[in-house]
Amino acid sequence: MKFINEYRDSEIVKKLSKKLHRYNDLNISLMEVCGGHTMAIHRFGIPFLLPKGIKLISGPGCPVCVSSVNFIDKAIALSEIDDVIITTYGDLIRVPGSQSSLEKEKSKGADIRIVYSTLEALKIARSNQDKKIVFLGIGFETTAPASAVAVQNAYKENITNFYLLSAHKIMPPVMEALLNDDVKIDGFICPGHVSTITGSKIYDFIPEKYKIGCVVTGFEPIDMMQSIDMLANQIFNSSQKVEIQYSRAVKRDGNIKAQAIMNEVFGNRNDFWRGIGEIPDSGLKLKEKYKDFDAEFAFNIDVETKPENPACICGNILRGLKTPKDCSLFNKVCTPINPIGACMVSSEGSCAAYYKYQNYE
Amino acid sequence: MSDIITLNHGSGGRSSQDLIKDIFIKSFGDPQAVLSDSAILNVNSEKIAFTTDSFVIDPIFFPGGDIGKLAVCGTVNDLSVSGAIPKYLTASFILEEGFLINDLKRIVESMAHQAKIANVKIVAGDTKVVHKGKCDKVFINTTGIGIFENDYKYISTGEKVEIGDKIIVNGTLGDHSIAVLGARNELNFKTDIQSDCACLHELIQDVLKAGMKVKFMRDITRGGLATVLNELAEIVNLGIELIEKDIPVKESVNGLCEILGFDPLYLANEGKVLMIVHSDDANTVVDILKNNHLGKESRIIGDIISDHPKMVVGKTEIGGKRIINMLQGEQLPRIC
Repeated sequence: MKFINEYRDSEIVKKLSKKLHRYNDLNISLMEVCGGHTMAIHRFGIPFLLPKGIKLISGPGCPVCVSSVNFIDKAIALSEIDDVIITTYGDLIRVPGSQSSLEKEKSKGADIRIVYSTLEALKIARSNQDKKIVFLGIGFETTAPASAVAVQNAYKENITNFYLLSAHKIMPPVMEALLNDDVKIDGFICPGHVSTITGSKIYDFIPEKYKIGCVVTGFEPIDMMQSIDMLANQIFNSSQKVEIQYSRAVKRDGNIKAQAIMNEVFGNRNDFWRGIGEIPDSGLKLKEKYKDFDAEFAFNIDVETKPENPACICGNILRGLKTPKDCSLFNKVCTPINPIGACMVSSEGSCAAYYKYQNYE
Repeated sequence: MSDIITLNHGSGGRSSQDLIKDIFIKSFGDPQAVLSDSAILNVNSEKIAFTTDSFVIDPIFFPGGDIGKLAVCGTVNDLSVSGAIPKYLTASFILEEGFLINDLKRIVESMAHQAKIANVKIVAGDTKVVHKGKCDKVFINTTGIGIFENDYKYISTGEKVEIGDKIIVNGTLGDHSIAVLGARNELNFKTDIQSDCACLHELIQDVLKAGMKVKFMRDITRGGLATVLNELAEIVNLGIELIEKDIPVKESVNGLCEILGFDPLYLANEGKVLMIVHSDDANTVVDILKNNHLGKESRIIGDIISDHPKMVVGKTEIGGKRIINMLQGEQLPRIC
């Protein structure tokens, strides 16, 4: 298969693994900030191929994990309104809010539909004029342009029954927040899909200001191994910079058109990250021109969100300070079937991955 | 006769009788037979295999099959993987008011056709009609009886499985799930992938009759290969190692899985059997399977090992390792 098998060639991976073992004494922690990378790391068993001195830590790269409980509570409140149809990516369906989840509400009869694109949600709006269609916008710069296009189309076509509940977030502020924290990060494995939109230039401030290297990385095993090698090499030579390993998809300037649509529709706002807290200018909100499509403006949603379990240490885990084993809830109260904290919520989360692999890795 | 199912068809009166005669008996039975309350069967076997399954699927017609074919093959396969030879089936229908009679005919004919292929008789049945909206078009239950020519009870219990045994599948995984997903028209993709829905009785008997040391068999349906293997690891308290590069998956199925964030090991199949075979016989079993058109892409995909008991571990294409857990809830497409 084109562009899959080529990047899974076990001989090349073996060579890369062997090459990486010369950095055994470095003792470095590399953070991936993309859920897709976390998945790939476990899917292909990459930790088995690294020397002991190179540790991978999972950052806040799973948009499902970092979406606030309040966002889920709001979505559930909206789903309880009679003429509302909730449209969402499948990712969100099982995420617990304070009391319930979208999956449970669906079983009770709420009209909640899984869609594969925002335009599908718009199609539902066109063919259900007597209903109000709310799309749950989650994800980073990767999915935000798709939400922006739907809102823009709704505006152009004068569709008045389509709304966006935005939990869209952007990457650079959270990366900076982590760097300002006491987290030990020696290099970033930067997200591939986010960077196809934003370009690699959004990471320029990281080596400049913090002297931490960044490598924009693809999602296949060879991509990941090569990036780890590039980061180790930067650290070894003290030449931290932004590099693009995923050059078949990512350019320095990114997708200018998508950026323009995003900027046209969204403005920045302070946003709450589950497990981490509020980060300035890290979220995306519809601009004044598109206010009528903003579910938070159109509906009067007042939800009371219960505080999260104080024993949960997800914040420290997301910041790479602790591991799930340090948590008193882990594997006792908090399991994938009954997730308490952000990191157990999605299969991409560190606790969920750790739970799954604990007996082995 | 009307062209749609009405509540009258479930009333037990004239319309019900017509439906039974014109559709069910015509396809399944002997038109001369007297309709009685029970089928009387001749079964010459000390032990029988007995199973039941209900079938609901959307859409009811999909590339490579339909709900009727599924209902016969599903139960035939459940009997076959126990080592039994399927003999008799019952078929019960729950029909939604307004369902097209022509669609029902198509489904019933498809069942009759599969029953003929599987050499089973459909000997009893029932029909109920529910108000519109109370079921989705048609639900089918089939119950089956199979007989044994040898005592194969151990094939169901897995009690003879031991370290060193080989794991075999009879072809590509995930075709059924992806074919049905494509037919649902919710995803804007078209594929030429056909469901693998098929009766496996002959394929399985080919192997058993050759005297191969088959230690365990299951059909790989909902939950996929991963789920069946986890059940096995649990039962036998041994480890399972899969060589992922040897697991047959169609390129097109793999491609769609990449797009949708699915893992083919968790996708449903309707014509696949998992066999655990003594290592001495493994290659011969693969050869026998390959001689049947339903086993052309049969392969050895892993081993029963002593390491990590109760756990299924995959050796990934790149030489890493990963744990393959049981499916937790339905697989949902990942976008983010």
